[in-house]
Amino acid sequence: MSDTHEAITRVHREEWARVVAGLARKFGDLDIAEEAAAEAFATAVERWPDDGVPPNPGAWLTTTASRKAIDRIRRESKRDDKHKEARMVHDDTPPEPFGAIDDDRLRLIFTCCHPALATEARVALTLRMVGGLTVPEIARTFLVAEPAMGQRITRAKAKIKAARIPYRMPSAEDLPARLSGVLAVLYLVFNEGYLATGPDTDPVRHDLTTEAIRLTRLIRALLPQDGEVAGLLALMLLTEARRTSRVSSTGELVPLAEQDRGAWDTALIAEGHRLVRERLAAAAAGTAPGRYQILAAINAVHTSARDIRDTDWSQVLALYDQLVRLDPSPIVALNRAIALAELDGPQVALATIDRLADKLDGYHAYHATRADLLRRLGQSDQARAAYDKAIDLAGNTAETAALTRRRNQLQRDCPP
Amino acid sequence: MQYLVSVIDDKSNPGSTDRQPAISVFNERLIEDGYWVFAGGLADTDAATVVDNRGEQAVLTDGPFLESKEYLAGFWIWEAPDLDVVLKLAAEASKVCDRKIEVRPFQ
Repeated sequence: MSDTHEAITRVHREEWARVVAGLARKFGDLDIAEEAAAEAFATAVERWPDDGVPPNPGAWLTTTASRKAIDRIRRESKRDDKHKEARMVHDDTPPEPFGAIDDDRLRLIFTCCHPALATEARVALTLRMVGGLTVPEIARTFLVAEPAMGQRITRAKAKIKAARIPYRMPSAEDLPARLSGVLAVLYLVFNEGYLATGPDTDPVRHDLTTEAIRLTRLIRALLPQDGEVAGLLALMLLTEARRTSRVSSTGELVPLAEQDRGAWDTALIAEGHRLVRERLAAAAAGTAPGRYQILAAINAVHTSARDIRDTDWSQVLALYDQLVRLDPSPIVALNRAIALAELDGPQVALATIDRLADKLDGYHAYHATRADLLRRLGQSDQARAAYDKAIDLAGNTAETAALTRRRNQLQRDCPP
Repeated sequence: MQYLVSVIDDKSNPGSTDRQPAISVFNERLIEDGYWVFAGGLADTDAATVVDNRGEQAVLTDGPFLESKEYLAGFWIWEAPDLDVVLKLAAEASKVCDRKIEVRPFQ
């Protein structure tokens, strides 16, 4: 029973986007594709415990979902349009070979990230349709109420249908512009995997980080000249390389300074560093780097240090200064302050981030950073209050555990 | 698939008034390429009358149904295969008219 459930979870992870993308192409309707895919997985949950997992789960799901989709189309087109019904019913497109399936998923991504949709709609739609996250999971990721998130996704699908946003790859001339929107969405998917939210989910969702990397690799293969694609891929690889050392055996998030660097994935780091070097060469030749390339360079500095004490913090700070000029957001300023603390001390960093209070009061990392700086300054009472806020706001189980331990250590060291 | 392509002007920051020759050239191209269904420029919103006959008798109101800084100055109806085609044309239309464009599909 539990084996079957594990199998279903795995198949969901591996097959969801493929099933949805294939159905969307076949039926030309994202709503039908999503609903039919969801129904097919629900049927699997019902049947597989008794019937066993079919030998080719992906094909089983696609066939089941196609039947559900045809049923729905028949129901909806009973009144008229017999021709359309017949065409749909007889469209038994054979399963695509692997290369084309990847294209289907890319097509799905470009449709979900269409510029006529609001950014938040693109992200939500991509996480639902490509990432296979549920509406509650997505709602939690973006601190939005569930019904509002459901509505956002429904509205986006309705617009795609009503305005006839095409289900295809953009033309070569449109590709660069369309791409930056896609990269932003993939980075958000990666981050949701790297710091997963929800009490019942793994703290690190390898499936999402892997999916984001896989799709970014695919885009990299299509657009090998694009600096930001290379930058984003490098950033993801250098972050993913640290994944296994990021959560302790007791389920706590381990900060960069305390990670077992021997456990970092050297192959991913080497690949990431190669990409960063490629982009540094381009920058030296006069191509200004975008934000992903700068973030990748920051991560290259971190992953080049064998020990936290070997970290070239002035290099990190210089890169953050460059990033601030490009993206003057409070979150970038917060991360810059962390590097600043290593160079100029926690007091200077604290003064810097206190100015961000208005904008970042609802962001757990702001309070966690503050708590850490206050702890280092020996201001235990204020540190404790900041940890409490961070714990309240954090959605990641491993992060909550690490924050709680730090807060409790504080209480033991300095009782109120 | 048909789209209503609205030209939006702004009373406090109106687009330039010398666009007609460029619009005519653009229209010729729309016709040639098979996108053009219909087009019309509209008189000022002051010339509008709202008619409401949902009650006992028709009530006439002088002026547009919605008083706003931005208003519909004219429109096209285009026939196009999908939104990407329309968005490209609309970007050109916005330049040609020196005004904002709203694209809205027909049901």
